[in-house]
Amino acid sequence: MSMRTMASKGLVNLILILIGVLFVVPLLWVITAALSANASLAVQWPQPVSFGNFAQVLSAANVRAFANSLSLSFGTALFAVLFAMLAAYPLSRYQLRFRRPFMYTVLFVTGLPITAMMVPVYEVYNALNIVDSLFWTGAFLVASSLPFAIWMMKNFMDSVPVELEEAAWVDGASVFGSLVRVILPLMRPGLAAVGIFIFVGAWGNFFVPFILIQSSQLDPASVTIYQFFSEYGMVAYGQLAAYSILYTLPVVFLYVVASRWLGGAFNFGGAVKG
Amino acid sequence: MTTTPATLPRASAQESRTRRRQAARAALFLAPAVVAMTIFFFGPVLWTFYISFTNVALTGPTATHYQFTGLKNFSIMFSSRSFWQAVLVSLYYLAGSALIGQTVLGLLLALLMQRANAAVRAVVGGIVIAAWVIPEIVKAFTWFAFLSQGGTLDNILQWLGLPQPAWLFTQPLLSVIVANTWAGTAFSMMVYSAALSGVPGELVEAARIDGASLWQTLFRVVLPVIKNSIMTNTILITLQTLGDFTLVYAMTGGGPGTQTSVLPVYMYQQAFSFYQLGYGSALSMILLLIGIVASLFYIKLLRVEL
Repeated sequence: MSMRTMASKGLVNLILILIGVLFVVPLLWVITAALSANASLAVQWPQPVSFGNFAQVLSAANVRAFANSLSLSFGTALFAVLFAMLAAYPLSRYQLRFRRPFMYTVLFVTGLPITAMMVPVYEVYNALNIVDSLFWTGAFLVASSLPFAIWMMKNFMDSVPVELEEAAWVDGASVFGSLVRVILPLMRPGLAAVGIFIFVGAWGNFFVPFILIQSSQLDPASVTIYQFFSEYGMVAYGQLAAYSILYTLPVVFLYVVASRWLGGAFNFGGAVKG
Repeated sequence: MTTTPATLPRASAQESRTRRRQAARAALFLAPAVVAMTIFFFGPVLWTFYISFTNVALTGPTATHYQFTGLKNFSIMFSSRSFWQAVLVSLYYLAGSALIGQTVLGLLLALLMQRANAAVRAVVGGIVIAAWVIPEIVKAFTWFAFLSQGGTLDNILQWLGLPQPAWLFTQPLLSVIVANTWAGTAFSMMVYSAALSGVPGELVEAARIDGASLWQTLFRVVLPVIKNSIMTNTILITLQTLGDFTLVYAMTGGGPGTQTSVLPVYMYQQAFSFYQLGYGSALSMILLLIGIVASLFYIKLLRVEL
């Protein structure tokens, strides 16, 4: 290696490290403040290191908020995956006349900003008298996740050879039976990728429950943490940071699991080809 | 589809029976998804369209007895200064954080990572992705704390002997732009990394041997090859940034004044703080229309085989 390339490689690494430092500095506060008994807004080495913030933040109300988040996100992921899987089957296996327009519509809709829909969604929910319900909030999240889920699921299903299914039919399996016993086991990474993606999206979603849920005992953690921030955020920095960490951990955990285990299927969702 | 040779009557009868059975099964399997999307997704979109032409309010006399008011919401909107202010703020936010910030930084990171040490690549990549993965609301707190008076940035500036303006008050738009650049760069970085790995090495080498400078190689060889990824990525982050509510709302609440009220925040305030659902829906329509145009471009670019 010539001196020049070595120097340029050193420069490349140096610039990257610099960018890395710039990216990590804002994040450090969340960690140092959470571990500090007298946290301020700036990064400070916690003296002494204490877990008191975590204990304080795990109040009954906040635990309930996490439970709400969990049921909302899990329910959303479960139903979206189930509905998308059923829809993907005929789209992947049959020669349907409306398949192309259907798939184009699905792809088109994945791009629309959900935010723009929340005013009319609220209006519709209000008219139907279903505002302030975790179930119906989840129903909207399922519906808004479906276009993406169907798109992904169809692509994953396309990669499962039809011959395997045909063998199951010869052995007397029904269409539904072969779907459950032959296709699904082979699609497990795809199912997990879509499920995790939707779960993480619902867990982190703030705007939808912020609009559709009104009573505080039904709020998921995303909304509760925001309310904590607007009420006590200016004083209880340590608790806010500890709450943020507890709220973030499942997302980071799922991301690491998914990217290790599923690789490329998760990172790009097949949506960014070309 | 129905033109089966008449010489094979039995086969054709059987085939059409299979077809009919398949169609019935397809309808059955598609039903849950289609019903859910129609009621909770397409329904509200049509509803947006309808109530944007009414004077419906969240409370008060016009909450239940609203009237069709034609284009009134739109004429109010287009003659309102606060609307154009929101459009302008959104454009700054989009241009600053997505089109310039995330795209340029994402491409720079992807280019550097190609040549970097594996350990540096893993650690820096991990940090950038971490900033992207964490929930939106936590990103907002992180940046609120970082930029607040007495926050980490102030401490660093003080240590360097530089002035410490109250960033969230004196430079609110710049603050949310920087925060969103930080929050979203990982996506562009990953898209460009994937795209760059598909650029043939010989192509770059040939250009270098022919005496092209680094810039020339980048602009004349590498970027044209990954042009499609650049376009796709640009549209995706545009859609994402236009719909962004949480980061801005939690960091600044749209303020001070209306300095950071991007369209979604403005829409939220009109509909739920000022109770003008009809006007809020008209704003939704505008956002949706922009989304529809961008989405159509996106599909055209992908040129997917279906």
